[in-house]
Amino acid sequence: MLELQEASGLITVQDLGRTGWRRFGVPSSGPMDRFAFEAANLLAGNSPTPAALEIGAGEVVLLAKEDCVVALAGSGYALQVNVWEFALWGSYFIRAGWTIHLRQSGFGMWAYLAMAGGIQSPVVLGSRSTYLRGHFGGHAGRALRAGDVLRGDPAARVLMESAGQTLAPEARPAYREEPVLEVVPGPQISEFATETLRTLFSNPYSVTSASDRMGYRLEGPPLKHDGKADLPSEGIAMGSIQVPPDGAPIVMMADCATTGGYPKVASVISADLPLLAQCTPGKDRVRFRLTALEAAQERYWDLQRRLLAGIVKPQD
Amino acid sequence: MKPRLLALGDSALLIRLGDEIDPALNRRVHALDLRLRAKALPGVIETVPAYSSIVVHYDPLVLTHARVAEWAEAEIPGAELTASAKPRRIEVPVQYGGEGGPDLRFVAAHHGTTPGDVVSIHADTEYIVYMMGFTPGFPYMGKVAAAIATPRLETPRTQVPAGSVGIAGEQTGIYPIESPGGWRLIGRTSLPLLDLQKNPPFLFAPGDSVRFVVESVDA
Repeated sequence: MLELQEASGLITVQDLGRTGWRRFGVPSSGPMDRFAFEAANLLAGNSPTPAALEIGAGEVVLLAKEDCVVALAGSGYALQVNVWEFALWGSYFIRAGWTIHLRQSGFGMWAYLAMAGGIQSPVVLGSRSTYLRGHFGGHAGRALRAGDVLRGDPAARVLMESAGQTLAPEARPAYREEPVLEVVPGPQISEFATETLRTLFSNPYSVTSASDRMGYRLEGPPLKHDGKADLPSEGIAMGSIQVPPDGAPIVMMADCATTGGYPKVASVISADLPLLAQCTPGKDRVRFRLTALEAAQERYWDLQRRLLAGIVKPQD
Repeated sequence: MKPRLLALGDSALLIRLGDEIDPALNRRVHALDLRLRAKALPGVIETVPAYSSIVVHYDPLVLTHARVAEWAEAEIPGAELTASAKPRRIEVPVQYGGEGGPDLRFVAAHHGTTPGDVVSIHADTEYIVYMMGFTPGFPYMGKVAAAIATPRLETPRTQVPAGSVGIAGEQTGIYPIESPGGWRLIGRTSLPLLDLQKNPPFLFAPGDSVRFVVESVDA
């Protein structure tokens, strides 16, 4: 059991997302950086799926009300347990009365805190993910604040052997400032002139402060297109890059709508979504590079293989 | 138009059967959606039918684009031939005009007719739920008769109450929860569209057939 003593930024409970309800207009939600989320769970001795805490651009202090194992992963945070500086991408045995302090430091935006057994919260439409716009899921459908209490699975024994695990640095995504994000062509790429595509692939785009869990709004040389203004809405997915008439691209993120009516020039590949997610709105820039679908999938497989093979146990 | 299968990133496939908003085309979409759901492929997470297309979300650790496309393409000819299963029919009681329908008079004036005529035309039509989106449980329905089709507000309202029935061009819809919105509001229903405690939690599903029933008219 952990109690939030201080909380700033956007802190929500997320699991791997809500599936099966997109046909009714319910977004998937789930983590912004799926890799770091899954890593935190694996390090805590869980499967990749149960609910964990997502901390966005903030600072938290948590007090352990009982002995527990927690794991932390992500980018842009410094971790302190009591007086000790600990590293992210590790799991730790925390004794009752100890405090866990996460504060922003360096490049990055999101961190994940997983507890053995997963964070308990009511399941809404099959998921514990918080959907802020819909005010449901997670912790009463809202972001967490000081005073809130997080419970792990009471049935999960504190597994000493899951403490002290780390994820090898070479297994992690290459988080960095101004990442080059690989994209595959979108369904409406042919509505964009060659010149416009050259613009997209040769300029940096800033992630603007209007970005949120629904989408990262980019600013840079505008992408003119001769797409129909009233394209009938069709399904969209995390990573889809929609281009409204003003030419400023928007990359769909975890809480994105289920459908959209703007032309989609490209999609950020699954392997590079964590790199984009960790860019701080109002501060960081990204670049784009075209790749092929098969190569994109190979990169995702490779990233997952490295995650599964990269967990280092203390006795190793 | 020949059906087209396109990649929507590396974890979703877009199947487009056409490129317009049309009830007959939309029925083919739902027929295909039904077939795809009946012929489950491990690794397919869910399908999202829209006006003239379906998006298939899949797990890229289990399936490749080519495999999903092959699976989906095999179902298209059958969907083209079979008529869609008889749709569920849902009746929605509406209190037209008054506080719940602040744009009813505008819609009437826009077409040089009376609010009463707008109501009878709106309620005299069998609509299909083309798709759902915007907010959880919001049904996009059509086709609205040309005699009452009205463009959206120039400036959307910041707060539209739950249950509001609106018109946007040749579409009609109902707001399940309070949200911003730009549709012309002609009435309100007391029927809940979304109840997370219920199973199923949503009143509508894509492909449903809907008819509005006049409960009252306050012109």
